[in-house]
Amino acid sequence: MTNPSTRPAAPQATQSEDIVLRTENVSVYYGAFEAVRNVYLDIPKNKVVAFIGPSGCGKSTLLRCYNRLNDLIPSARVTGKIAYQNNDLYDPKVDPVEVRRRIGMVFQRPNPFPKSIYENIAFGARVNGYKGDMDELVERSLRSAALWDETKDKLKQSGLALSGGQQQRLCIARTIAIEPEVILMDEPCSALDPISTLRVEDLMHELKQRFTIIIVTHNMQQASRVADYTGFFNAEAAEGGSRFGYLVEYEKTESVFNAPREKSTQDYVSGRFG
Amino acid sequence: MTSQTIAKSETLIESSQKFNPVRLVDQIFYWLTVATALGVGFILLWIAWSLLSIAFPAIVKFNIGFLFSTSWNPVNDAFGALPQIAGTIISAIIALLFAVPLGVGVAVFLSENFLPTKVQTPLGLLVELLAAVPSVVYGMWGIFVFVPFILPFLQGIHRVFGWIPLFSTPPSTRQMFTTAMVLAIMILPTIIAISRDSLLSVAPELRQGAYGLGATRWETLTRVLVPSALSGIIGSVMLALGRALGETMAAAMLIGNANRINISLFAPASTISAMIANQFGEASGLQKSALFYQALILMVMTLIVNMLAEVIVNRFQQVE
Amino acid sequence: MTLNQSDKIQDITSGGFDSEVTAARKNFGKLMTGLVVACVGIAILPLGSILFMLLKNGLSRLFLNFPSVFTELPPPPLVEGGGFSNAIMGTIITCTIGALLSVPFGVLTAIYTVEFGRGNKLSQFVRFCTNVLSGVPSIIAGLFAYGIVVLTMGNFSAIAGGVALSVLMMPIIIRTAEEGLKSIPSEVRQGLVGIGATNFQGVTSVILPATLPFIATGVTLALARAAGETAPLLFTALFSQFQARSLSEPIATLSVLIYNFAIAPYANQNSLAWAAALIIVVLIMFVSILARTLTARKIY
Ligand SMILES: Nc1ncnc2c1ncn2[C@@H]1O[C@H](COP(=O)(O)OP(=O)(O)OP(=O)(O)O)[C@@H](O)[C@H]1O
Ligand SMILES: [Mg+2]
Repeated sequence: MTNPSTRPAAPQATQSEDIVLRTENVSVYYGAFEAVRNVYLDIPKNKVVAFIGPSGCGKSTLLRCYNRLNDLIPSARVTGKIAYQNNDLYDPKVDPVEVRRRIGMVFQRPNPFPKSIYENIAFGARVNGYKGDMDELVERSLRSAALWDETKDKLKQSGLALSGGQQQRLCIARTIAIEPEVILMDEPCSALDPISTLRVEDLMHELKQRFTIIIVTHNMQQASRVADYTGFFNAEAAEGGSRFGYLVEYEKTESVFNAPREKSTQDYVSGRFG
Repeated sequence: MTSQTIAKSETLIESSQKFNPVRLVDQIFYWLTVATALGVGFILLWIAWSLLSIAFPAIVKFNIGFLFSTSWNPVNDAFGALPQIAGTIISAIIALLFAVPLGVGVAVFLSENFLPTKVQTPLGLLVELLAAVPSVVYGMWGIFVFVPFILPFLQGIHRVFGWIPLFSTPPSTRQMFTTAMVLAIMILPTIIAISRDSLLSVAPELRQGAYGLGATRWETLTRVLVPSALSGIIGSVMLALGRALGETMAAAMLIGNANRINISLFAPASTISAMIANQFGEASGLQKSALFYQALILMVMTLIVNMLAEVIVNRFQQVE
Repeated sequence: MTLNQSDKIQDITSGGFDSEVTAARKNFGKLMTGLVVACVGIAILPLGSILFMLLKNGLSRLFLNFPSVFTELPPPPLVEGGGFSNAIMGTIITCTIGALLSVPFGVLTAIYTVEFGRGNKLSQFVRFCTNVLSGVPSIIAGLFAYGIVVLTMGNFSAIAGGVALSVLMMPIIIRTAEEGLKSIPSEVRQGLVGIGATNFQGVTSVILPATLPFIATGVTLALARAAGETAPLLFTALFSQFQARSLSEPIATLSVLIYNFAIAPYANQNSLAWAAALIIVVLIMFVSILARTLTARKIY
């Protein structure tokens, strides 16, 4: 086993692309526990990037670094550098609220606000200073999230009254409405049935025309269907016995699935893991 | 399309540095909540300070001797608190003697399925209603209903047991014993509600375990449920004690406001809060100070009892 | 503690190998059941008596030349008739002042302890203070308001009464608001952060509206408590025979009227006290039921 902390930055498959987020030597700690170690990884513009890997290897932790959601966990600490359009995300001059307006997030469990469907979308837009035609924006966002036909007659109903799959698409619509540059999705389909899952996947293909998407998923097929690039994470026992997560390899999706460089990646994508 | 709706042409740092009223409002809001949170502590200090500052002349003049003096003489400015302290404690303790067994009994009844839920729920509601009746109404009920009703019985007790010092005076219409009984009725709901909750929160495995071993319902209750709910029950008793100590209206209306200590429970007596309620209107100068001194003593007494209650109830929650 | 309990269970087994419940054990059970039922009977008796007397004495006075209790002023001694319209207004006014002071303060405090400082030192301190505050005897709240309002303003007033009541309402409001805020799932908060809402925006437009049923419950419970409080008003709002004309003068309230008229040696005053007591208890019952239905409307 190579020691990941001394491993040189993996050759970047993304060199020729327009880079939105640069991750340089990022480690994340919860108190004294190191959850993620020394990640180098660039996110290209208007692409879908998937994070895969066994449970507990720090995929969500890393994802939450990109919109500074880890700020909400008092014990969490991020070292290294994440650059967004040449600004350091963790620069003390940066207001985390501004970060989250540019880098939106869709969570594992659908979490619509206890408001009407219309307000769920309008609220985010208003918060972000949207001054245009609200009805139009709501319709456009719901259409983008493939939810318009199901909800156009009941926009005044509570968002909580929708089915789980519809709620998740509402959350996507809500995120689209604020026109972020990047959308982070943490296992967005884990609470959905196969049909809704397919619809969300279709959605991602359309959305990447306008947005950059990072998605965490446990579903290998999903990663291979939607992602342009895939990063495989794994966890390894550290000196003290606790396990830390690290990025094993990050390549174009075809090569991760068809010609992985590392044995552990091979094992994981072929289901022979553990 | 992307930036046509919400302008994001600035870099992150630019827009973070730019003045933004939304950010300012957010900051103000945060500090406002911090201020009110600190304010709760401040109010407590303020209460203590305002009592202290008015009580100060009396504290300086009478010092600790105030606690042990029985005089209350506005003419030559001699004041003490012993009869009131004694009355406060004695009335509360007698009230507990009646209310605790009764309250725990009712709690046991309400926590076990002696009755179908159809009857139990209204009973629980009734208990809550009992808690919501204002103390001045209890006081009035005491004056017009309870005292006239109970007096003949007390006279009987006096005739038969008059040789016992506790019952040695003929029952007067305003007296310690009836006050304590009305207090008991008032604190009953507190004891019932918390004891019932702690009985219900005993782990179901324990209950089933005991039943499974062939224990009868009552063996389960007395040997398993009540012991494991004990700290919750004691906590409820302490909270009720705190209420009884601080209760004003029922005592002011029923106890007779006699500034002396009498071994007989059938004689008029006084409590701190009743004393304050009765004397405050006419008091001035040092007498008012002395009343605030008494209030300070009451505050310390209830504070100690309530803190003990909290410690006990917290322990009960941890075990749970 | 847990060890103790298992001991108890062993006790039962070691004594209980008999295959059937012995007569002694059965009798013990019967005795205890009897005792407990007796407890319930004794406990219900006073409540029944209070409710009965309230209805009997209160209703008869209420319907003696009917709306007069609601429209007329308290009578002087030995004069028949009269009412307590001023005391009803006074109770409403003092309680409203109490609510206006305690609700914003309490809700903001709860927002701090749940939304911003959950579990930190200041929140623990607030929790401790709230508990202490809820144990402060009501007469002390009255003395406090006397010290800070009556002495400064120079006279007894509705405002002083409201301040005293607000001290008693505060812990109730803080607790129910905290409970309500805690009932909002953390996913909603994440969602708010995820769309770039500031805390202020999130709390005021999403979290507080969802908490409203709880806050309404807290306010009604606090009002129910405040409406019945007498001791804090004795030396703050005092009493008045007349309709109040301003907030800075003494004001009559139902609870103080009950006290004054119940200990007065005049039958007419006594019966007015019963009518006032009936009104207050009905009011409190109504408000408590309202609180219940409000909690039932909660979103999460
Ligand atoms: N708030 C937290 N406080 C402390 N430790 C945490 C916290 N969140 C996550 N961890 C730890 O960090 C490690 C990585 O967690 P993370 O949630 O990022 O894993 P993951 O790869 O997303 O797993 P999964 O696939 O199960 O979602 C785990 O060991 C976890 O226990
Ligand atoms: Mg995860």
